[in-house]
Amino acid sequence: MTVAALHDPDSTGETCLQLTGISKRFGNLHVLDDVALSVRHGERRGIIGPNGAGKTTLFNVIAGELAPTSGKVHLYGREITRLPPHSRARLGLARTFQTTTLLPGLTVVENLVLSLQALTPTRFQCFVPRTRYRAFREEALRLLGQVQLDHCADWLVRALGHGEQRQVEILMALAQRPKLLLLDEPTAGLSAADAVLVTDMLRAYHRDVAMVLIEHDLSVVFNVVERITVLHYGRVVAEESVEGIHDNPVVQEIYLGGKL
Amino acid sequence: MISRSWRNIAIIGVLLVLAIAVPRLGLPAFYVSLLTQTWIYGILAMSLDLLVGFTGLVSFMQAAFFGIGAYVVAIGATRYHFVDFWLTLVVAVLVAGIAAAAFGALALRAEDAGFIIITLALNEIVWGLAYQWVSMSGGDNGITGFLRVNVGPFHTTDNSGFYYLSLTALIICLTLLVLMVRSPFGLVLVGARERPRRMAALGYNVWLFRYLALVIAAMFAAVAGVLFAYYNEFVGPGSLSLDTTVQVLIMVILGGTGTLIGPLLGAGILVFLSNALSDITQRWVLILGAVYVVTVMYAPDGIVGLINRLAARARSRRELSLAASAAPAGAFNPRGGPER
Repeated sequence: MTVAALHDPDSTGETCLQLTGISKRFGNLHVLDDVALSVRHGERRGIIGPNGAGKTTLFNVIAGELAPTSGKVHLYGREITRLPPHSRARLGLARTFQTTTLLPGLTVVENLVLSLQALTPTRFQCFVPRTRYRAFREEALRLLGQVQLDHCADWLVRALGHGEQRQVEILMALAQRPKLLLLDEPTAGLSAADAVLVTDMLRAYHRDVAMVLIEHDLSVVFNVVERITVLHYGRVVAEESVEGIHDNPVVQEIYLGGKL
Repeated sequence: MISRSWRNIAIIGVLLVLAIAVPRLGLPAFYVSLLTQTWIYGILAMSLDLLVGFTGLVSFMQAAFFGIGAYVVAIGATRYHFVDFWLTLVVAVLVAGIAAAAFGALALRAEDAGFIIITLALNEIVWGLAYQWVSMSGGDNGITGFLRVNVGPFHTTDNSGFYYLSLTALIICLTLLVLMVRSPFGLVLVGARERPRRMAALGYNVWLFRYLALVIAAMFAAVAGVLFAYYNEFVGPGSLSLDTTVQVLIMVILGGTGTLIGPLLGAGILVFLSNALSDITQRWVLILGAVYVVTVMYAPDGIVGLINRLAARARSRRELSLAASAAPAGAFNPRGGPER
């Protein structure tokens, strides 16, 4: 895939995720204040901002773990503001968590099978052994092969390194072929080498899925996304292309401190 | 790998032959009756393990469904002249399932400690109903005046006949539960226990799966309750008291949560120990408590957990391979690993 193809997100221009007037208050604390965000089909969007800017809260509102105090969330034109997280997942929204959230006592394949069977009626099957469902295992092995992890398919997840665990988590999210993937600091806590593994994996992924990522490490953001939204005290203060963000005076002042 | 699974099959086969042979070995009838009780309490303990061990729900209301099953037998036989075993069993399982559907809707509004308190309160309500609704339940006196009925080939009036009925029920329930925890559904339960947020993000309705587990477990508890009522030809409020709930929890924890076979072992230990100790001293509950404390301190994952841990240690010494020791994750050790 060429760089040009990477940076040409969509041909349809269809809106994937649309937030309008999202506010979230905890008592008197306004964590999010009238946030608007629009992500197109297949777009790669970064959300940056200093600690306490409301990034994770915004993610939890999009994923359905928190209900906004006011405002609406649409996914491909469908309002999902009041849907619980599992219903949103069934509409094509996937996410990763800030700290890797896998099932450490299960094997790598079992973790992936959990993701693969989640959207099928098989999940309710109680009297047929899991080993009968070979197609899930084969698909899991194929996915693991894409990131050269098929040799540890039957290891317990806790035996993997941090970077590998993060890769498995992203694979779990992508295994469901979502339309929108939310990545909460995908390289947090990883070594530089592991971070490269993860960013390469994200960059190489095909453009049918839109990705929104929160990240502290700006080099990761600039590597993966094409547009950046800047949150500050719960408000959107800037939205720019990666190329333009360097010169944005507001951004330089409040977040980057002119260090770029 | 293959040799290990053959070894397991061999162990199961030997145990099965032993269990079948017991009434014919010329043991005193007393032991046959203790084993019969072990099979019945074993079903109850395994049903609770589905919740505690696999789903991560520490329910204090499992005795309520056990008692409901038992009272369906007694009330059905004495007031409505139901004497057909199968019809009684089906009604008991359905009534327990319906009760669990209602109680589950209440209890699952809370998590962790809140869940425990609500289930405890619901168990007390059912107990209070059995204790005070004298016209229906006979109150403290319970219900007598119904007899065991023959079931298919089992002449249950004969103690060895009832032994075989209970053993058959145990094997059927154990098989169903093993299938369940090895099924895709069982994997979801474990996932919901370990990482509910992740499971919701994957599209699983975590609440629904916990709810289903609660109802299914209640139905198994009712099967145990039906057998218990026929076995004693008596039902009293003690069968659904908090004492029973706590004893079953101890069986599960003593034997090892999340192992199914552990709670069966725990049931045997409690049945035999309580009978042996109550012969010696009236303070046998104290000794039982001490056994429990020692278990929690030195084998927090129960007897089966301890055995698995020792076996895994011996194995990893032999093999020295991390990958190999991680491979098997069967129903008897669903966590798949030696340590927690």
